[in-house]
Amino acid sequence: MKILCVCGLGQGTSLILRMNVEQALGEKGIMADVEHIDLSSATSMSADYIITSNELAESLQDHPAKVIIVNNYFDMDEINAAIENNIPA
Amino acid sequence: MKFLEEKLVALDIPAETPEAAIKAAGDLLVASDLVESGYVEAMVESYRENGPYFVLAPQIALPHARPEDGVKEASVAFVRLKDPVVFGSAANDPVSLVFALGASTSDEHLVVMKELVMLLNNPEKVERLKNINSYEELKIVLGRN
Repeated sequence: MKILCVCGLGQGTSLILRMNVEQALGEKGIMADVEHIDLSSATSMSADYIITSNELAESLQDHPAKVIIVNNYFDMDEINAAIENNIPA
Repeated sequence: MKFLEEKLVALDIPAETPEAAIKAAGDLLVASDLVESGYVEAMVESYRENGPYFVLAPQIALPHARPEDGVKEASVAFVRLKDPVVFGSAANDPVSLVFALGASTSDEHLVVMKELVMLLNNPEKVERLKNINSYEELKIVLGRN
């Protein structure tokens, strides 16, 4: 399973998201290859899931991956729920 | 790396616009010679181009640009705004806590980001950031004294 955490530049915001997504996946015992990347690179990259903010999700509507929105990158409850609701364990 | 050292923290800074708020935090990195002044321009440009996606939790913004935009050392500066500023984030406006990130390609970037995540993942610490009155109090929140 491949998961992309996407932000505008692929430097800061997406790395924070990736850290917390990896922690959540680890606690659930879900094995996944998680990368953080910028929006324009993500559009041409294959993945099973993309996790990003509400603002950037609109630009990824045409991507074949399932797009999952997280609004608060520091809220582990929201991140856990987003994974549980979208990614089968 | 430089993470929220005394010269990188300013409390209750007035800013009318997102651009001014980004600049206030970015200028702290410039003043400590951690980024070139062009990096701050690039942070503002990124906001104009990509929007407020870096407002990544209620009241919290993490403006940054690319390492090649002029970062000398992995770093984070913090400005608490005197009055909250609307950045245009549907979920997380208005912003009062601005963390300017000097994004580096070095391994220290990862260390800096982990420090930041440890701080901001803790809701109790975030609440305390809104109420501290001095750098000494911030040091206590950071567990640095």
